[in-house]
Amino acid sequence: MNKRTLLIITGLFLIGAFIVSGCAQAAQPAIVIGVNAPLTGDIPKVGEGSKFSAEMWLEDINAAGGLDVGGTKYPVEIVIEDNESKAESATKANTKLITQDEVLVIVGPQSSKQAVPAGGVANDNETPMVSPWSTNPNTTLDRPWVFRTPFLDPFQGPVIANFVTDEFGFSKAAVLYDVASDYPKGLAEFFKGAWEDVHGADSVVAYESFTTKDADFSAQLTKIRESGAEFIFTPQYYNEVALIAQQAHELGWDAPIVGSDSWGSAELMNLCGDDCKGQFFSTHYAAAGATGATKEFIDRYNEKHGYVPDDVGALTWDTMLIIQKAIQDCGTITGDIATDRACVRDALAQIKDFDGITGKMTFTEEGDPIKCAVIVQISDAGEFEFYQQVCP
Amino acid sequence: MSLEGFLQNIVNSLQLGSFYALIALGYSMVYGVLLLFNFAHGDIFMVGAYIGLFVATAILALVALTSIVLPGWLILVLTILAAMLLTSFVGITVERIGYRPLRNAPRASAAITGLMIGIILETGNLIILGAENYSFPALIETSTYQIAGVSITNKKIMIVVVALLLMLALHQFVQRTKWGMAMRATAYDFAVVPLMGVPLNQIAALTFALGSGLAASAGILFSLAYPVLSPYMGITFGWKAFVAAILGGRGSILGAAVAGFMLGFIEIFVAAFFPSTLRDLIAYSIILVILVFRPHGLFGEAYTAQLRL
Repeated sequence: MNKRTLLIITGLFLIGAFIVSGCAQAAQPAIVIGVNAPLTGDIPKVGEGSKFSAEMWLEDINAAGGLDVGGTKYPVEIVIEDNESKAESATKANTKLITQDEVLVIVGPQSSKQAVPAGGVANDNETPMVSPWSTNPNTTLDRPWVFRTPFLDPFQGPVIANFVTDEFGFSKAAVLYDVASDYPKGLAEFFKGAWEDVHGADSVVAYESFTTKDADFSAQLTKIRESGAEFIFTPQYYNEVALIAQQAHELGWDAPIVGSDSWGSAELMNLCGDDCKGQFFSTHYAAAGATGATKEFIDRYNEKHGYVPDDVGALTWDTMLIIQKAIQDCGTITGDIATDRACVRDALAQIKDFDGITGKMTFTEEGDPIKCAVIVQISDAGEFEFYQQVCP
Repeated sequence: MSLEGFLQNIVNSLQLGSFYALIALGYSMVYGVLLLFNFAHGDIFMVGAYIGLFVATAILALVALTSIVLPGWLILVLTILAAMLLTSFVGITVERIGYRPLRNAPRASAAITGLMIGIILETGNLIILGAENYSFPALIETSTYQIAGVSITNKKIMIVVVALLLMLALHQFVQRTKWGMAMRATAYDFAVVPLMGVPLNQIAALTFALGSGLAASAGILFSLAYPVLSPYMGITFGWKAFVAAILGGRGSILGAAVAGFMLGFIEIFVAAFFPSTLRDLIAYSIILVILVFRPHGLFGEAYTAQLRL
């Protein structure tokens, strides 16, 4: 290939890309909502769940001819930015949504690794942000502009510790977590604290870590096997859980492996298979056996996308409805973005007893809801079955 | 640590080291022959794993369709061979498009080209296949043996044996065949040897083909051990294998193999003896110290203008 041809081809490609991206930009509508989600990267299924739920919500709004605020119907547009499951991309995506797209409110990011830094950007720029999945306390801490819809890890950690104590009567725990990611690291610490409160110091007999993108956990698991632990708690994402469970079993581990809400992805069973069957994890809602509005949402999502929505899908649905309510509570859209953002923030802070499909929500001072967790067991059919509910 | 734990970790290290060694060989060969750091190599490993996934899926579909009974190990062997062949062509293409036009350019430009090709391969994969993680089919039934408290699976044994066989085959090829001799000659001096009638372009292509083939085999073995495939799986692993290649000594095939296993041992045993949070910190500090004392790597020779393999 000579250099000129190469140059021409690259040039044409770039021009084409400009044209395509130019077409995608429509005229500025009245209400723009930003979604900051991991569509690529380590946990794409999480981003997909949020995206699908947000789009379903938009369909409803469009079918009604726009969002009714104080008697006027405003067209709504959703701008979805990919944060590649990276902290730095999440802050970049938030900056773009706030300054370039001039969004009224941001939904996302999902995992705490992105939500903690991105929340800082939203707060500094005085733009309301609601994370549908981040459970680490730092996301909303001292940030009046940042809210969330899931429960928090200081609550989830003890829930799991108490569940294992009551269910199995174990007293020696092993923890395996990703030290480079906010969510697993935070939750591992909360779990360790809660476990030691019940069983005394040194009852966490192995506290092992790895870093994001590691695939080999054999050294850590060998240590855990040696430590005399009665179960492993691993607050990891679905792709890592698959590797951890398989390698543990190959090392002759046959005791329970317990997880947290990051396990609850439709993708988990595709990757993990038999190694995950029978295990327990804590989460936000149990899809199998749901009723009422929750079931309605699940059926609709399932029909459209061909799988049962993850907890992140359900939480995003709740998030969309909460911001809808906050915008409507505002009463008017002035068109001045700073005023409207402040109005939506205040309305969010006022929300009381919101009846979502993942439970009733009232925001605390910090912008966190107080709600129940459920423990699910993975059935032999690979379904996440309701086992018990734990409320604060 | 108990004896069982110690032995178990040796088994763990052998498996991890096999992957590092196989990938490090590709880096080392290309560097030896063309004086080029092929930073796209980690991503070629990823491409090899995906090609393996497609070949395996295709064979499984064909078997299901025609009701021919093929044992799992045979499907695996066919998958490895086909994927090695196909990935060789990927390697040749990368060399042809990315490196050949830059053969006389400054080495830094060629290294940067490698990084860019790597990014193109990752994002290309992302666009074609989407961000979803794929699961590699378990072609052989896993059986776990308990020997003196040590858990060994048939997969682990197979991975180590196949890796060693491939390294042996490469060694024989480079030492015993005419093409291997031409490679060694080119490594000796790539400016003069082509004047003696050794076709440099073909040798470069061959080097890339061999390296990529080994990376593909590593990709498939890796996917059997850790069956979650993602477009970014080659980045960190590629870097670590690159460390092994340098540790082994520039262009040394034996060095790359030994250093690959050594890296596996260091990583596993550091995690076993120290808090695992400090694993990479301690493991790579050890390697830094080794390099300070042996700047040319374990089997590398001091740089002269002529000697490069």
